[in-house]
Amino acid sequence: MAGAHAHPNYVKIWALLLVLLVVSIIGPELGIPWLTLLTAFGIALVKTYYVAAYFMHLNFEKKYVWFLLLISTVLLGVFFFGVAGDVMKADGQNWQDCISNNTCAEQQRYVDGQLR
Amino acid sequence: MGQTTVTHDSHAAHGHDHHEQGFIMKYFFSTDHKIIGLQYMFTGMFMAIVGGYFAYAFRMQLAFPGMEVPLYGTVGPGEYNMLITNHGSIMIFWVAMPVLIAAFGNILIPLMIGCDDMVFPRLNRLSYQIFLLSVVVLFMSFFVQGGGFGGAWTSYPPLSAVAEYNLTDWGASLWLIAVALEFVAFLIGGINFVTTSMNARAPGMRMTDIPMVVWMIVLASIMFMASVGPLIAGSIMLLMDQRIGTTFFVPSGGGDPILWQHLFWFFGHPEVYVVLLPALGIVAEIMTTFARKKLFGYKTILYTTFATGGLAFVVWAHHQFIAGIDPRMANIFLVTTLLISIPIAEILFSYIATLYGGSIEFRTPMLWALGFLITFLLGGVTGIYLGSSALDIYFHDSYFVVAHFHYTFFPIAIIGMFAGLYFWYPKMFGRMMDETLGKIHFWGTIIPFNGIFLPLFLVGMAGQHRRIYNFQHFPDLATADLQGIRVFATVSMVTMLLFQFVFAYNFFVSMFKGEKAPANPWKSNTLEWTVPSPPPHGNFAELPTVYRGPYEYSVPGNKEDYWPQNMPDRN
Amino acid sequence: MSMQGPLATSRSATGIPTGRLAVWWLLASEIFIFGGLIACYILYRLNNPWWGGEAVFTKVPAGAFNTFVLLTSSLFIVLAHDAAEKKDFDRAFKFIWYTIGGGLVFLLVKYYEYSSKLFTDDPELLKTPLTNTYWSFYYTATGLHALHVIGGMVIMALISFDLRKGFNPHRVELIGLYWHFVDIVWIFLFPLLYIAK
Repeated sequence: MAGAHAHPNYVKIWALLLVLLVVSIIGPELGIPWLTLLTAFGIALVKTYYVAAYFMHLNFEKKYVWFLLLISTVLLGVFFFGVAGDVMKADGQNWQDCISNNTCAEQQRYVDGQLR
Repeated sequence: MGQTTVTHDSHAAHGHDHHEQGFIMKYFFSTDHKIIGLQYMFTGMFMAIVGGYFAYAFRMQLAFPGMEVPLYGTVGPGEYNMLITNHGSIMIFWVAMPVLIAAFGNILIPLMIGCDDMVFPRLNRLSYQIFLLSVVVLFMSFFVQGGGFGGAWTSYPPLSAVAEYNLTDWGASLWLIAVALEFVAFLIGGINFVTTSMNARAPGMRMTDIPMVVWMIVLASIMFMASVGPLIAGSIMLLMDQRIGTTFFVPSGGGDPILWQHLFWFFGHPEVYVVLLPALGIVAEIMTTFARKKLFGYKTILYTTFATGGLAFVVWAHHQFIAGIDPRMANIFLVTTLLISIPIAEILFSYIATLYGGSIEFRTPMLWALGFLITFLLGGVTGIYLGSSALDIYFHDSYFVVAHFHYTFFPIAIIGMFAGLYFWYPKMFGRMMDETLGKIHFWGTIIPFNGIFLPLFLVGMAGQHRRIYNFQHFPDLATADLQGIRVFATVSMVTMLLFQFVFAYNFFVSMFKGEKAPANPWKSNTLEWTVPSPPPHGNFAELPTVYRGPYEYSVPGNKEDYWPQNMPDRN
Repeated sequence: MSMQGPLATSRSATGIPTGRLAVWWLLASEIFIFGGLIACYILYRLNNPWWGGEAVFTKVPAGAFNTFVLLTSSLFIVLAHDAAEKKDFDRAFKFIWYTIGGGLVFLLVKYYEYSSKLFTDDPELLKTPLTNTYWSFYYTATGLHALHVIGGMVIMALISFDLRKGFNPHRVELIGLYWHFVDIVWIFLFPLLYIAK
């Protein structure tokens, strides 16, 4: 029982999504790091917005649904940044993380990243 | 299942067909929320017996090390680890959550908001079936080679990830699968609680007319949903480590065990508030009814609960203060942990203010509610010591922590459960429980409970570590004084367990021989008390309209000291 | 055949129909599950720059084609919803099955990708979940996603038969929401696993 709303031109949105897809593939090929980041991930965000807003009709939905989805993403961000501060540290005052630079004693079983 | 009158918006109006169901269909495959709620309740109560039995076995081992435990057998080190792991997991996942959230949520929510069932009855049934499957899988884990999982309910890798370390190859995986299934059951169940409470309310019931217990269960479901996702992803990774040999959490392959800790506690900390909130809700309903007084600061309690829920997501690393995290990160989590005590204290103050000036009836449910307030307060206060990261360097993994979390979990899971059971028993089963036996059960539980756990603060401060199966191996901890405390705690525990037989007798015998219960034995306001005890299929003969909030007690100018929500005029 | 449910299901104090509210709730919980998995992947990836070298072995054309397939199938399901709203149930049925077809193509391409890495004799090209943690993540994330694709296809098929008879047309929108979510997860997995090198 969807409420009556002026429905967007779905085919036009789809065409736009395909254009964005092409750009997001060509961009990284050029090899410039910031351009890769912008095109690959930035465009992923833009595509998500279009699918959510038009295909999922979020633009015509009660505003608080956007808000709830935003809070979910923020909470995931809290998780990521809270954990990154711990898991991604490569060294501290009295220690060094041997996992990420592959120098742990237990890792000597591994050669070239492959279990032998 | 009586016939219904055909009136506007009545149960029969939308063509639901009333066929007589066979026993199996009616009780095992029911989609009726009341039956599903009872299924969760009986399963949860059964699991409480199992979890309590495990605690009995390991406490007897601690008090009388090396001796055979009557009704169990000898408890060796591996066995001990299995007992404590499963005691913890069972009590949290298979007792607290099903009874407080699924049982009370299912039974109460449609009745309290004035509708005829949950919004998705078949999904509701599916959630119980998945839950039951999780119980079966957990029991399977006890009987495979190696026995049940013994890596603690926190399941830290690499111990939990590598079978050569934990010696319980399939036990570990079955435990993990059981936990994952339980998570799925509650995610699905949560759909019903939230959509029903938000959408299916009776006409006239505004958000601020919703009984507090319903709000609490809804907020608990939301918090559960938001916190469990990353852990489900982590469980998939851990299961793959266990079964196919990936190294997500195993350092030898580049994995990081600390990542699991973060994934677990990001869920684990909100989880304790997930179980706290429904218990707080149950206590609110009981206190207002037996103090004949409105809830002090309904909106304040609601908003501080939102604040608690939000803050609960940013305190998790206080479980990892000595896991090697950066002390500056520990500082941040110290501040948030101490901050969260404020909204909770606010809620408890509001509850005490609710009691102040009320005309209090010390019936059994009220005794349990008061018992909750006092013991939970003690538990919460001791959490402050643990939240201070410097103190935690000493206290981490000691019995101080064990005593703290039992002073919080026991009020939540056990006292909260009994409070709700005694209060809503007349509604659920149509009979009254025996009041004298109820009081005996209460005192026989609450006094020994303190006898078990108060001394454990002392042994914790003396340096006794947790998860050790025999303290005779540690000369400093093998003194006569400390051993005396251990024996005292164990004897208190056995006493407490014996008093539970009083409850079992009262619970089962009253179902058949108890005095028949009227619709509203406690003269309470909320909508579940306006229907017969027990409610018929479809709940309301005529679906109610709501005119006021749930806590209008002792209103001046009224004839009675209570004012049901669906009564249009003054009485 | 749909069963008459309780009256509760048709109420809507929030203004959003209960079915749609429930699906948004489900999607929120899935955001946390996939989001958690992807967050862990990013944490590891940033700590292990050599994973970029492993990502070279993913087939970008296959991934890109799959992205195109999912975007197009998203279009089909929303057109099905549109048709169902206009009560053109035969057209809606057709478009649902186009969507299912899209899912099938996606899975076939996935199968081709997996088999080229799992069933090869060349040790340089053999990439199993045990090869290293990058590949563990690759198979876990794409595998979990593929399971969601299969689930969506099954539900769409079940709904289509009811729909053709005109029952429960609102369910097309609901499964559409789920399918769009599955599409969005892939929109993120594609750059994370395939493109970033």
